[in-house]
Amino acid sequence: MRHLIDPLDLSVAEIGRLLDLADRIAENPKKYSQVCSGKKLATLFYEPSTRTRLSFEAAMLNMGGSVLGFSSADSSSASKGESVADTIRAVSCYADICAIRHPKEGAPLRASGYSGIPVINAGDGGHQHPTQTLTDLMTIRAKKHRLNHLTIGLCGDLKFGRTVHSLIKALSRYEDIRFILISPEELRVPDYIIDNVLKAQNIPYREVENIEDVISGLDILYMTRVQKERFFNEEDYIRLKDSYILTAAKMKNAKPDMAVLHPLPRVNEIALEVDGDPRAAYFDQVQNGVYVRMALMMTLLEVEHA
Amino acid sequence: MLNIDSLEKGIVLDHIRAGSSMKIYDLLHLANLDCCVAVIKNAKSSKFGKKDIIKIEGTADIDLDVLGYIDHNITVNIIDDGKIIEKKQLVLPKILKNVIKCKNPRCITSVEEEIDHIFRLTDDSNQRYRCVYCEQEYQDKSEGTAG
Repeated sequence: MRHLIDPLDLSVAEIGRLLDLADRIAENPKKYSQVCSGKKLATLFYEPSTRTRLSFEAAMLNMGGSVLGFSSADSSSASKGESVADTIRAVSCYADICAIRHPKEGAPLRASGYSGIPVINAGDGGHQHPTQTLTDLMTIRAKKHRLNHLTIGLCGDLKFGRTVHSLIKALSRYEDIRFILISPEELRVPDYIIDNVLKAQNIPYREVENIEDVISGLDILYMTRVQKERFFNEEDYIRLKDSYILTAAKMKNAKPDMAVLHPLPRVNEIALEVDGDPRAAYFDQVQNGVYVRMALMMTLLEVEHA
Repeated sequence: MLNIDSLEKGIVLDHIRAGSSMKIYDLLHLANLDCCVAVIKNAKSSKFGKKDIIKIEGTADIDLDVLGYIDHNITVNIIDDGKIIEKKQLVLPKILKNVIKCKNPRCITSVEEEIDHIFRLTDDSNQRYRCVYCEQEYQDKSEGTAG
């Protein structure tokens, strides 16, 4: 039985096959409308999430399956003090596969150790978010027609941004990838990513503070929200937040084929005027997220491809 | 001072940094053993000036790998028939289970009961261990040890 806890749980070849399947689903969704008939997805969301939970649910419903679960810790037995280990043991009796979102880092890994069904990490604290990464990879591949020879700019909260951590891990295995890490000093990429991924594999990277200085060299710009609640000093937040508002003026200096990604929700880090730019790919990501989660669940459930 | 020879069969942990023996006593759960355990503190050492020694009688089942994490300079002598029959070389263990605790408040280990604290060696040369759950590095070897 396979789980998806960390982006590296899938080999590059497996990711390629999964994205191919997602592309085929996108071309003809009806063909896959009953492949999970009779299957049940449990969505165990211990913290609020709209997009990811609905994406998982839509994916299973699109395949003829059904969903059950909860959308906050308050509405689960966690509020009574039940452990993740016990919850997953029970859920394994009700469902065929589960997606778990938890505020504590490592909760999905803990769950996978006690689960009788495939566990998908749907985001754990500020740690990892591998299905968002599959979404990002599908979008990058669609826009750039490749997952190698890319300069990727990652901008915003790189310290607690789990989508950033997973994306760096996943892309680090492709050829000729370089990262430009754009963040305030306080929100730099954690050392485990720097040491274990970038330095360990000798992947070129730069840490900078200004987006204007580097935007012209990027193939991909991955924006994330600078989270006010992470700052100890509100003055620092006020000073830095405006640095990371992507505007049409800044986009003028970007390559004509650069793609702008964002895991959403957006607050104010991408001006609305950018939405109409053909390089804006963040709403494509939302749609791709459903297709890629369909492909992932089919793969983990070992469902026959239609 | 007791001699190694005074043990007929057992294990002698020698060249423990002076003052560290009780920490090792706790980490190896020696209090749970049903055999004779001698802790010798501040013994004379030609190498270090002072050292601690722990002698364990019999064939106790002890996770000696953890000693490699604490101090790879500790000498482990296996005694049988009153003689040293083996000197174990200590190396950094690849996995530490319930030896140190993750200090990351965002880690699942901070809330889940009955969870093993597991760390993986991720950097031999710098002796870096990271929590398998949250990947946070364990920073301080002198604090937070599990009993």
